Amino acid sequence: MTQTDGDRVLMCGNDAMAEAVISAGCRCYFGYPITPQNEVTAYMAKRMPEAGGVFLQSESELAAVNMVFGAAAVGARAMTSSSSPGISLKQEGISYVAGCELPAVIANVMRGGPGLGSIGPSQSDYFQATRGGGHGDYRHIVLAPSTVQELVDMTIEAFDLADRYRNPVMVLSDGILGQMMEPVVIPKHPETHEPEKPWALTGCAGREPNVVKSLYLDVLELEEHNRHLQEKYAQMEREEVRYETIETEDAEALLVAFGTVARICRSALRVLRERGHKVGLFRPITLWPFPTEALRATRDFLESYLVVEMNAGQMVEDVRLAVEGRRPVEFYGRTGGAVMTVDEVVARLEAMLVEESTS
Amino acid sequence: MKTSTVVELKIRSEWCKSCGYCVVTCPEEVLAFSDELNARGVHPVVAAHPEKCTGCRTCVIVCPDVVFEVFKNDSD
Amino acid sequence: MMKTLYAMPESLKPVVTHYCAGCGHGIVQRMVAEVVDELGIRERTVGIAPVGCAVLGYDYFNFDVSEAAHGRTPAVATGMKRARPDLIVFSYQGDGDLAAIGTAEIMHAGNRGENITVIFVNNGVYGMTGGQMAPTTLAGQVTKTTPRGRAPEDVGAPLKVPEMLAVCDQTKFLARCALNSPKNIRAAKRALKKAFQYQVDGVGFSLVEMLSPCPTYWGVEPLEALKWVEEKVIPRYPLGVIKDAAAETRA
Repeated sequence: MTQTDGDRVLMCGNDAMAEAVISAGCRCYFGYPITPQNEVTAYMAKRMPEAGGVFLQSESELAAVNMVFGAAAVGARAMTSSSSPGISLKQEGISYVAGCELPAVIANVMRGGPGLGSIGPSQSDYFQATRGGGHGDYRHIVLAPSTVQELVDMTIEAFDLADRYRNPVMVLSDGILGQMMEPVVIPKHPETHEPEKPWALTGCAGREPNVVKSLYLDVLELEEHNRHLQEKYAQMEREEVRYETIETEDAEALLVAFGTVARICRSALRVLRERGHKVGLFRPITLWPFPTEALRATRDFLESYLVVEMNAGQMVEDVRLAVEGRRPVEFYGRTGGAVMTVDEVVARLEAMLVEESTS
Repeated sequence: MKTSTVVELKIRSEWCKSCGYCVVTCPEEVLAFSDELNARGVHPVVAAHPEKCTGCRTCVIVCPDVVFEVFKNDSD
Repeated sequence: MMKTLYAMPESLKPVVTHYCAGCGHGIVQRMVAEVVDELGIRERTVGIAPVGCAVLGYDYFNFDVSEAAHGRTPAVATGMKRARPDLIVFSYQGDGDLAAIGTAEIMHAGNRGENITVIFVNNGVYGMTGGQMAPTTLAGQVTKTTPRGRAPEDVGAPLKVPEMLAVCDQTKFLARCALNSPKNIRAAKRALKKAFQYQVDGVGFSLVEMLSPCPTYWGVEPLEALKWVEEKVIPRYPLGVIKDAAAETRA
């Protein structure tokens, strides 16, 4: 299918993400209401049946991810979305989806935590997303869009990645992105690649029965299965790393941020440059696989790093791992649903530069 | 193993776990526990009176292990 | 000319199971295989194995089978059936899977009237994990976690699932059967066949509960276990059709 542009429209992130799911050819959505992504369930309730697909409001987020498991097991593209507490509920299911090698897309519109938290935006599920909140040795690609357009494009791509690797893929949005309205183009017929699925449970006519399972009671068999899973993850690490760099070539200090915080940092960058500071911005787009190599390479010419997140310090650990203790890595964050301002980021980075020059 | 001139009862004694359900439910008291042990270390079922088997398949119904197969000689 | 009166069902793999001597699972899974064969639906049937003694169901059933997380089988079945309504989907669950951890999933799949068949094997104990109390353990019954006998005033009385589901408008066929005698097993198979036929006909949600012996964790010989089902379990869990909405509308 060739790519034809849809119209350029003004849409909120949640609605645009939902429409992107349909563009990707997914016809199964299961979800449960939770703020700040209720627009998704409402949009899907209307739009999925129009598109000839299945919408079902499940009895819980836990049930929803298991419905996704079922639909994926019979060969369908399936998706669920939620926000932080609901994503916690889905962790068991995500582990099973990964262990059974099923393709699925899960979107987290992050809010303040822990516990019931707030309905304000946050980035405090980074650990949960990248370290695997579920049990066992599994990983999944985590895509962190920064604009509504990226949210659309990455949601569509998530389905291809899920099918390519037979693995769950997470789209990490947040309460700002979900609610904000931006101009966006949602391709009606994007080029997607849905492969043949000979492993799916489609009824055993003309073939031996298929089994979808993650249970291997023989420990050596399970080890072999894990080896196979790790090979997939290694391939993802080799081939799926994405990031963006802005004005890093002559930078001495680096802002590191993802998602909507990267936009705030981008504005801060402009202010800092105007004031004569040689600052750049490094924006990981895949939080897993993390762009470790690319970040490590910046160490050769950079003095210091300031990681900015809407959490108490999560991605900063991966940045520290990447620079391997050879450069100072500082952190600035807001939690609870609070959003930092451009001025705060500017002030914090300037303070860091002052500290460096005086030490 | 020929049972009557009509019904043939095949018993997979290696599969039998000696639960006893078939022995007590057979209406014709065809079945009994063998004196021998099978590879599972239990006394499997045997047709002690095969000539009495009517092919009612009650043993089939109660057996959890699909030990029995039943055939009929359709020579009439 | 030899005529076959009974042979291994096509929908069952010719392997010995890991089930204990006298376990009801062997009888139930054989009946499921027979029904699937008799209805000619093997090539479009998908079964879902539970977490419980029947977790290895895919090693025994000779058609497509999936695993599911503990209790989530009705949700998995919902996803399957909604994505591919032409498939015949059944959920096979024990008493922990269905009546403890999976209560929300079974109630809502039933309430929504998902056109699936649920086989509920109730042996009043958690077998796989070594014999702990189940929601369906009888009052006074000794288990690993009720060493002094189940006390209803403390942990509740045994749960009656089909009766709970009967309250939901969209549940169509709910029955309780037992595996303790040839007569009861024949009735169980008739109920099972109806439950599958209803799915084929698009009637809606069916559940068949099977009161099953568990000699190992009841601490008795298999033949004693059958007596226990008759004398202790059935009085608490009366047999019969709790609901047959299709028969009512057709009457």
